[in-house]
Amino acid sequence: MPELATAKAGPPPELATRPMLRVAALQAWYGESHILHGVDLEIRPGELVTLLGRNGAGKTTTLRSLMGMVPRREGSVVLEDQETIRLPPHRIARLGMAICPEERGIFASLTVEENLLLPPQLRSGGMDLQAVMELFPNLQERMSSQGTKLSGGEQQMLAIGRILRTGARLLLLDEPTEGLAPVIVQHIGATIHRLKAEGFTILLVEQNLKFASSIAERHYVMDRGRVVDEIPADRFQSSMPQLQTHLGV
Amino acid sequence: MTTVFGVPIQALFSQLLVGLINGSFYALLSLGLAIIFGLLNIINFCHGALYMLGALVAWLLLRFFDLGYWPALLIAPLVVGLFGMLIERTMLKRLQGLDPLFGLLLTFGLALVIQGVARNYFGVSGEPYDVPEQLTGGRNLGFMFLPNYRAWVVLVSVVLCGLTWFVAERTRMGAYLRAATENPVLVQAFGINVPRLITITYGLGVALAALAGVMAAPIYRVNPLMGADLIIVVFAVVVIGGMGSILGSIVTGFALGVIEGLTKVFYPEASNTVVFVIMAIVLLVKPAGLFGRTA
Repeated sequence: MPELATAKAGPPPELATRPMLRVAALQAWYGESHILHGVDLEIRPGELVTLLGRNGAGKTTTLRSLMGMVPRREGSVVLEDQETIRLPPHRIARLGMAICPEERGIFASLTVEENLLLPPQLRSGGMDLQAVMELFPNLQERMSSQGTKLSGGEQQMLAIGRILRTGARLLLLDEPTEGLAPVIVQHIGATIHRLKAEGFTILLVEQNLKFASSIAERHYVMDRGRVVDEIPADRFQSSMPQLQTHLGV
Repeated sequence: MTTVFGVPIQALFSQLLVGLINGSFYALLSLGLAIIFGLLNIINFCHGALYMLGALVAWLLLRFFDLGYWPALLIAPLVVGLFGMLIERTMLKRLQGLDPLFGLLLTFGLALVIQGVARNYFGVSGEPYDVPEQLTGGRNLGFMFLPNYRAWVVLVSVVLCGLTWFVAERTRMGAYLRAATENPVLVQAFGINVPRLITITYGLGVALAALAGVMAAPIYRVNPLMGADLIIVVFAVVVIGGMGSILGSIVTGFALGVIEGLTKVFYPEASNTVVFVIMAIVLLVKPAGLFGRTA
């Protein structure tokens, strides 16, 4: 995709094995409820990793904790050699991590265009607006509509599209296919593939096992606020029985 | 003499003007309240006291530093705005995420403290503050006499309201503000320093009130309780316009001022209550307010 060649080339080979994100003993609380009880995971540059687990296992809370979007968190979250556990969300964002939240977080009081341009460019190397529009041509005609007037699929595209401009290299995508029609799920899948090819590192929360296995290189399985298993893509089929018990499907 | 419904046209227009003047202050104050409520989810009960503080600072500047109306128009909002930021940073910030009732109680208490201190030093009779000499006099429009200073107040108020609306609805800062009103945590995760945005917004809302206070000084005298009387009506304006709606508070502010003025002409007995009657009707028919979004 030459028109998308705005992204930087991958890291030099000697760095490729150094983790982009290293999470150790991450705990998180909402008020009195203790949600995460010690999450450990690592993501290398350019990887696409999923977080699997049943409802309430702590997947969404893990993503929100990585961004600092929970009232209280402890442990260690190292993003490209920088400890972020004590940083507020806006400082974490500036280190190159961005989130596409589960509820999509499209702002009703903003137009599609304002939604798209809301996240500021924090670092160099982000996509330009044109490249984002090429990924999601549907958005082009709806630029002046109210953000929440879009269909579910379009809102999802908007939610992904707006964080591509920021220069963030690590994307946290929370169930981007949830509640969408199969043809849209395919489009989102193809888009995530392209983003990976562009060199983005992606941590994806997914309920749809088929979708997850079709695009990711590794899977972390969560249960009751912990990572309980790690499954590489080539062991995915053989690990199915194990997965079934954790996911309760 | 020309009359309308048995009322001399002169009286009608002069009450309309009084209504427009009052409406200017309603609009400026409710605008700040609306923005602050939207972003901080706090009903800023000390808004009236800060409006008074604006007028008081102008009077002090004249008395002790020989700085007149024009410098005061700039300095008073700045001083009071900074004071507001201090309040936000040291007190309101701690109430984040709690029931709005806590914010209401705290700011109500602050209003009493500020007014009490002012009363202690300046009494309740009020101090006169002269109209700046460039704006003395007035012109005869044929159907009425228009004092220059009053025309100036209405003009400045309209311009400021328009400017605030423009910033909130058409600029990047405004987009941050609207987005942070909906979902502050997500906006912060996009890399925007939301706590700072909140402090600045509170400061600007308060500065707007202080500016209104300076403009009010030559009209109503500088009185420690001048804000206490006004704020009740302004809250009614905010409720009628819709909590948090910027356009709503501007339009409702001016409209209610005018309606109040007209009531004074046609049925003076009701002029003090008409705003609240309208508020009751609006609450019954459209509880979210005329311009409010229903959640």
